[in-house]
Amino acid sequence: MSEIILDVTDLHIEFHDHDKPETVVEDFDLMLEEGEIVGIVGESGSGKSMSALAIAGLLKRHALTKNGRIMFDGHDLLTCDRDILRSYQGDEISIIFQEPMTSLNPVKKIGWQVEESLRIHHKELDKAERKRRALNIMDAVGLKDSEKVYNMYPHELSGGMRQRVMIAAAMIGEPRILIADEPTTALDVTIQAQIVELLRKLNREKGTAIIFISHDLSLIRQLCQRVIVMQSGNIVETGDVEDIFRSPKMSYTRKLIAAIPQIDI
Amino acid sequence: MRYILKKVLSMALTLLVVSICVFLAFSLIPGDPVTRMFGTEATPELIASYREKMGLNDPFFVQYFRWFSSFLKGDMGTSYDYKVPVKGMIAEKIPITLTLAVMSFLIMVVTSIPLGIYIAKHENGIMDHIISVINQIIMAIPPFFSGILITFVFGIIFKLFTPGGYVSYTKNFGAFLKYLIPPAFAIALPKAAMATKLLRGSVIEEAGKDYTRTAYSRGNTTNAVLYLHVLKNAMIPVVTFMGMALSDMVAGSIVIEQVFGIPGISRILLTSINNRDYPVVEAIIMGVAIMVLIINLLVDIIYRLIDPRIEVEE
Repeated sequence: MSEIILDVTDLHIEFHDHDKPETVVEDFDLMLEEGEIVGIVGESGSGKSMSALAIAGLLKRHALTKNGRIMFDGHDLLTCDRDILRSYQGDEISIIFQEPMTSLNPVKKIGWQVEESLRIHHKELDKAERKRRALNIMDAVGLKDSEKVYNMYPHELSGGMRQRVMIAAAMIGEPRILIADEPTTALDVTIQAQIVELLRKLNREKGTAIIFISHDLSLIRQLCQRVIVMQSGNIVETGDVEDIFRSPKMSYTRKLIAAIPQIDI
Repeated sequence: MRYILKKVLSMALTLLVVSICVFLAFSLIPGDPVTRMFGTEATPELIASYREKMGLNDPFFVQYFRWFSSFLKGDMGTSYDYKVPVKGMIAEKIPITLTLAVMSFLIMVVTSIPLGIYIAKHENGIMDHIISVINQIIMAIPPFFSGILITFVFGIIFKLFTPGGYVSYTKNFGAFLKYLIPPAFAIALPKAAMATKLLRGSVIEEAGKDYTRTAYSRGNTTNAVLYLHVLKNAMIPVVTFMGMALSDMVAGSIVIEQVFGIPGISRILLTSINNRDYPVVEAIIMGVAIMVLIINLLVDIIYRLIDPRIEVEE
């Protein structure tokens, strides 16, 4: 068995924006092994993105309480010093988001954004080396003409290309964990398949563990070995993807499976 | 390059329209420079002969083209009142008005940008509330009134400057600049208050956008997110506002010059309007229009430097 690199136990997230506290994630557990791809599936509001943001250390600090433990590299990411958390962000733990159109800074060049993690975490690298690595990873994620794209701005790229840029920026520091929060939802179907294929390739070649979040079970089935099914903040079922497809225990999981469009040819 | 050419062409067109409007305005308003020149000594014969001599009986467009073609050659005509070339009269005054406008602009920039960033960063903190209230008050006070207040408080009570003690820039440049500080504040304050408020809102709005979350996810500190990511985006609307404010300041200094007894363009502008001294008024308005157009061009150029998306949208 491979080494466990991330151990989330009893994660509990509560919002305080309204008069009554609202629980958005309850008793969330996740153990992630090195190089593994785990899927989290559930409908909107099931708490899957919130759990992901918590692992990435991106939950805003006010108006919510977080309990439980997110153990990574001997530190609890929920309670550790901000500096320790920041030293992992973008270097050991990276995240890509649902909206490639708005996730990139509109006034900064692509190259600058792809290299950002290196500038923050690897100050020993000089400009030329940073650029060399940026172009390498941009080629690896399938951005054609990387030298040209390097000097372009986000608005000059399509949604699919922007998501590739996001992935390149997330992967440049060769993180141990990549969190993909609905990375294909905003893209059309052919691009979806390409991005899923790309994630699989990066996982295989670089050994990066991936937490893949989606509301689409068929995508999870293509990519993941293990899946966590969430509903209204709770984990309702977890296990091997194929097992769950064959014999779903919960009616909610059955409904999610039934929601996959079938194409009869 | 094509862009600059296009801009210069549109500037030329704007100036042409402005010049026609100015000329037209004076042919429509009542009052006659010749009657004004001779006052009670004016006889109908004298008026008629002088009108003929000055070319005032020619058709509108003949007068206009005569004036416009010599304006293009750099000849702005001779003042009816002072009998001296307009060019020299204005050339002396423009540095005063321009210095005042530039000082006001600098005061606005150096106060509003740090303040706006600070209160955005400490949104809903005590300073945010205090500054917001002060801002509201300052925005509500027109410059001529704050000018009177500043004169009273800093000039008469604290004796930091001598009201009415203007020093010419040819005599003592340092004293000249010092005298312009209070009026520059009077002009700058309401604009600075607006710019602060605008920047605060803009920073807060940008800080809530998705790319900010991406920036945090790469391990940036709050300050790095603010200065490397948010600020450039947040400055886009502020630059537009500041450009408009600068044009406004050139025009707005006319009132303040009166309040503080500064012999800038405003004094000759007002007397020339009263005396129907057309060549002077026309030259001043054209001068202000040119300044405003140049400022707009600069803002456009800065805008493109900040926001790469603009080129594509054209």
